[in-house]
Formats: sequence, structure tokens, C-alpha cells
Amino acid sequence: MTLAAARILSVPQSTRPPRRGDRFVAWAFLLPASAYVVVFFGYPLVANVAMSAQDYTVRSFYTGDAPFVGFGNYTAVFGNPLFPASAVNTILFTAGSLFFQFGIGLALAVFFNGRFLGSTLLRSLLLLPWLLPLVVSGAVWRWMFDQDHGVLNAALRTVGIDAVPWLTSTSWALPAVILTNIWIGIPFNLVILHGGLRAIPASLHEAAELDGARPWQRFRHVTWPLLRPVTGIVLMLGLIYTIKVFDVIMVVTGGGPANATQTLTTWSYQLSFQDFAFGQGAAAGNILILLASVFGLLYLRSARASLAAS
Amino acid sequence: MTARLKTVAGILIVAILLFPLYWMINASLQPSGALLKPDPDWFPAGGTLDGYRKALSTQGPNLLSSIVVALGTVAVSLALALPAAYALARLKVRGGPVFVFVLLIVQMIPGIVMANALYTVFGNLGLIDNYFGLVLADTTATLPFAILVLRAFMISIPRELTEASRMDGAGHWRTFFSIILPVGRNAVVTAGLFSFLFAWADFLFAVTLTTGQSFEPITVGIYRFVGNQSTEWNSIMATAVLAAVPAAVLLVVAQRRIVAGLTGGAVKD
Repeated sequence: MTLAAARILSVPQSTRPPRRGDRFVAWAFLLPASAYVVVFFGYPLVANVAMSAQDYTVRSFYTGDAPFVGFGNYTAVFGNPLFPASAVNTILFTAGSLFFQFGIGLALAVFFNGRFLGSTLLRSLLLLPWLLPLVVSGAVWRWMFDQDHGVLNAALRTVGIDAVPWLTSTSWALPAVILTNIWIGIPFNLVILHGGLRAIPASLHEAAELDGARPWQRFRHVTWPLLRPVTGIVLMLGLIYTIKVFDVIMVVTGGGPANATQTLTTWSYQLSFQDFAFGQGAAAGNILILLASVFGLLYLRSARASLAAS
Repeated sequence: MTARLKTVAGILIVAILLFPLYWMINASLQPSGALLKPDPDWFPAGGTLDGYRKALSTQGPNLLSSIVVALGTVAVSLALALPAAYALARLKVRGGPVFVFVLLIVQMIPGIVMANALYTVFGNLGLIDNYFGLVLADTTATLPFAILVLRAFMISIPRELTEASRMDGAGHWRTFFSIILPVGRNAVVTAGLFSFLFAWADFLFAVTLTTGQSFEPITVGIYRFVGNQSTEWNSIMATAVLAAVPAAVLLVVAQRRIVAGLTGGAVKD
């Protein structure tokens, strides 16, 4: 979605002097959307910071009273053994998802970049997993992971491997949700990387081929360097998206078993909406925002840099 | 590799990657007992629509709720995004570029943060379990994207077109409704389709801002259905198939626009 960023930053602004009265009209056109942005983005951000410094519980809803506790919520969050656990899970989930989504997406993009009968149709069919509601994908994978009746264990049985307790074992649950998220993320990587490949002039490949470069050498020394700006954008967007994944984990494992798949996002949800410790949930959310904005700024920088380069 | 071999390999790749979808449809067409055998049936031979009957009777109202929420989100998103995009693309607004930058930034805010804060406000305003409340919340996911897509398109409309209309004495409103909207129909449809799909698929706001006491969007319906340790996988999968229909329809009717929307035109295809 935010790839639109690259486009926006590059659009030249016209320098025609404004007519009189235009400014007023322009504001009238812009007012509804900007009011919405202030109320629905600005307010929650501020409210979340305020809540994170308050002991905000269910009672606060009725009494309207939430005592100020300073950094109490942050101390509680950092002191909770679930914090390091869900931070580590977030890192493993993000790194594992990105590595395989990108690797498989790139391989498929290279493959579908070749011209052959049906390549366009097949490539567009692969978009389907990306368009499905995440809850649907999650439900399907949960069914496939089912220990006794799931198709994955049935397939393993046919080759003589014992049933894997995908969702009930604390060591298998995280790989299972990562696998699900990889499947969901492949189409996004495929489409963007394919677009990047198409932008590389075929003449460069032909020249390298004439010089005797083998396919792998052509990829390594022609395709890969020219694709770099696009790979930067894909990975950064994937990262921003993956650290806040919620739906997939909630449907497939619900953060369990025994918090084995709890990430900062699902833990923040649990603090607020299951433990009703809204102050602590807000604190965990703010830590997540901090993470997201660090990576977000990196993304904007790389988007700008790649435009400057092209 | 020859071209024919590549086609075969391509079909194989697609078959493997889309297998989970086949497996969803396969399960949705079998009797629930058949799904609990140790060895699964690979084809829905002797299929039944029982799963779909059960799905429609228990989840039908939720499907309708989701349609209402999604259509509402499309209406609100377009109503806010169209004038804003016009102002940003065609009228000189002081602070316009800053606003565009803000739209890029807010897309990165994790939804759970918004849900946390909105829950407390909505609680005070009586917007929990409220269609309009959920529509307003879902619009956070659609509005920045809709404005950016529409603005990018409106910038590409030849300036002569709007200038001519202004010369002929049409005001900004008239120009907006008689020139921009008809010419930009495709972009409006793209923004609308994506808004529908975002709102249809939303789970985070649905699960935090509704309690299930008055209505329940389909994503929450599936979540609770799955979470009940239910063994009726045929009706769960039938519900999943029904919830997947809008995505499939979108892919068929608007495949090109999806890629355009996905990349926002940044990567030339």
C-alpha cells in the first residue's frame, strides 16, 4: 500500500500562482478528511500516551477515574516475564516470515518473468492468498494443522513420519504460525519484485549473455544489483506489516499454547482486552509504535534514496 | 528449460501454493463425520451442501453485518477521500505536502494502538456495538490509501481539462462533479473496491469494538466458530469459503487494478 509513498515523493508540484479565493475552497475540500485524521489518528496516539501513564481499568469506564501512575505501567510491562518472551517471538516471527517470503517471492518473480504460455494468468492466480481475509487464511491453516485430522499430518504419515503436534506443542506452534504468514506474504513479494524485474532492460541481460555470463552470474551481477532499490522497499514494508500481525496469530493459535506464539501485538491486546489492564496495554502498544516508527523512517529514507538513484 | 516445460512447472507451483484453498473447498463440501476419519478424502466425492446450510443458518446474519459495515466504509471513505484528493492534486493548499506525508506515516501505526484508544472513547460515546462506530474505525485503514490512490490519479488528469471547465465559468464544485469524477471513474472504483475489501476483512476493530451482543462481523464469527473447539470443520470451511467470495470476485473483475493499487504506480509494470 505505502508504496504509493515513492510516487508521492516524486511528483513535481506545479508552480502556478493560486487564484484568489482558491485557498478557501481548497481548505473546504480538505477539511473533512483532515478533521477525520486529527480525530481518528491524532487523538488515539495522544490518548494512548496518556493512558499508558494511568492505572486505567474496567472501573475507570464507570467512574471516569484513572489515577496517574507515571512510569508504573512501563515498569510493570518490562518486569513481566511475558515481555521478553513476546519480544523474542516478535523477532523470530518477523525474521522467519520475511526471510522465506522474500526468498520464495523472489524465486517465483524470476520464474514468472520468463515468457511462457499462461504466465500472466498463473501469476495473477497467485494473488488470491493475499486478497483473502486473514481470518479465512488462518482458519484454513488451523484446519490443515489439526493434529489428528489435518492434511499435513496425513501427508507426513504416508511417508512414515509421526504426527506433529503443530498447534499443541510449545516448540511447534511458532513455526506453524510463521509458515502460515509466509504463505500469506508470498504474493506481495512476488508482485512487487516482478514489477522491479520488468523494469530492468532486457538488453543488459542480452549483453551479459553475449559476454558469456551463465544464468546464475547474470542474476548475481545484473539482476540483483539493479533490483536493490525494490528489494529495500519490499523488505521494509514487509517488516512494518509483519511486526503488527494480529489476525493470523489470533485465529491459528490465539497466542498459545502457554504463550508460545504471543507477540507484542497480541500481548498488548491481551493486556487490554482480556486482563482489562488498559494502561499496560497502552504501554505495550507505545513500545510497538516506537519499533514501527524506527522502521518506518528507515523505509521512507530508502524510498527517497531509491528514487534519487533512479 | 523450454517454454512448455515452464508452463507445466508454473501450473505445478500454482497448484502447490493454492492447495490450502482447494483443501478449504474440499472440506466445505464433505459431511462433518467424513472429516474425522484418520485418512482424509482427497476429493469431495459424495459431496453435500450440509456445511453451507449450517454456515448460512449460523453465520448468515454475520455475513450481512459485514456487508453493511463494508458498504458503509466505502461510502465514508470515498466521501472524505474524493474532495481531499482533489484539493491535494489540483488546488494549491498550504500544508498539502505535509498532509500527504502525515497520511504515509499514519498507515504505519499498529491497529492495536488505535483499537485500545478508540475502545475507551467509543465506550463513552455509546459507539461500541454500533455499525457507524465500526465504520468510522475501519475507515482508519482505508482513508489514507484511498486519498493517495485518488490523488495520484487526479494529478495525471490533463490540466487543460479542468482549466477549460474553469474558463467556461464552472466553479470548483461543478468541475469536481462534472469533470474529475467522470474522468476518474476507474480510480474511484479501485479505491472503493479496496475499501470494501479492507473493511470486509477487518478483524482487529471488529473483535475489540463489538461484543457480539447486537451484531457480529463475519471475521469475528469465524474466529469464535474456530475457537469453540468445534469439530464441524465442514461448516467452518463453508463459512470461510463464503467470506472469501468478495476477494475472488475482486480478483476476477479487477485484476489489473489490484496490481496498480498494490504498487500505487511506484513500480512500473
